[in-house]
Amino acid sequence: MVTIAYFAWVRERMGTAEEVVHLPADVNDLAALLAWLAARDERGARAFAEPERIRAAIDGVMTGDGALLGGAREVALFPPVTGG
Amino acid sequence: MTRVAVQVAPIDFGAEIDRHDAGGYGATASFIGRVRGDGGLLELFLEHHPVMTETGLLELARAAAERWQLAALTLIHRVGAMTPGDTIVLVLASSPHRSEALAACEFLIDRLKTDVMLWKRETFENGRVAWVEPRAGDAVRAERWG
Repeated sequence: MVTIAYFAWVRERMGTAEEVVHLPADVNDLAALLAWLAARDERGARAFAEPERIRAAIDGVMTGDGALLGGAREVALFPPVTGG
Repeated sequence: MTRVAVQVAPIDFGAEIDRHDAGGYGATASFIGRVRGDGGLLELFLEHHPVMTETGLLELARAAAERWQLAALTLIHRVGAMTPGDTIVLVLASSPHRSEALAACEFLIDRLKTDVMLWKRETFENGRVAWVEPRAGDAVRAERWG
């Protein structure tokens, strides 16, 4: 079980701020997670059609594409930041 | 003294500068970011992460303190709904020397734009609502600090 949190337009396209999911055993890194979410349903397809536009943090730490999910409790998925 | 805050309440510049400068440090540099009203903008909404946004500001403050000789730092970012003219972000950096204060202030606002979990959404008079896209120039400015 892992909590997936969504922000900004990713949150809007997913229609929720977070969800708890059971990941298939072969979904073990970030790229696989994005592909799994995109294939799961229509909202996922809309949110993750362009995975290169998605940034991620695992358990509060910003991470890259190949990051392993391992024992992650929370994965945050979001567009590039635009503060300041 | 380091003060970092992520807040819904308006940023009170006068109160913050008094709080920041209580010690009378030789040089204080400031950056104030405001909501621009061009293009018929009605509202700017800032979304944040409940934990990581503040953590990101603290990490930037720590990085600045390692790099320059700073007597005090204030880094405040507003979140939620704002209208043109509102202050979004306030950076205050103090040092015995102006060059250090100015450089730290510029570093903090440049890196804040690319490193901290904040997202802007604009609502316009004609009803258009759009999430702001990052600008390539912001990444270039942030990267030059290494």
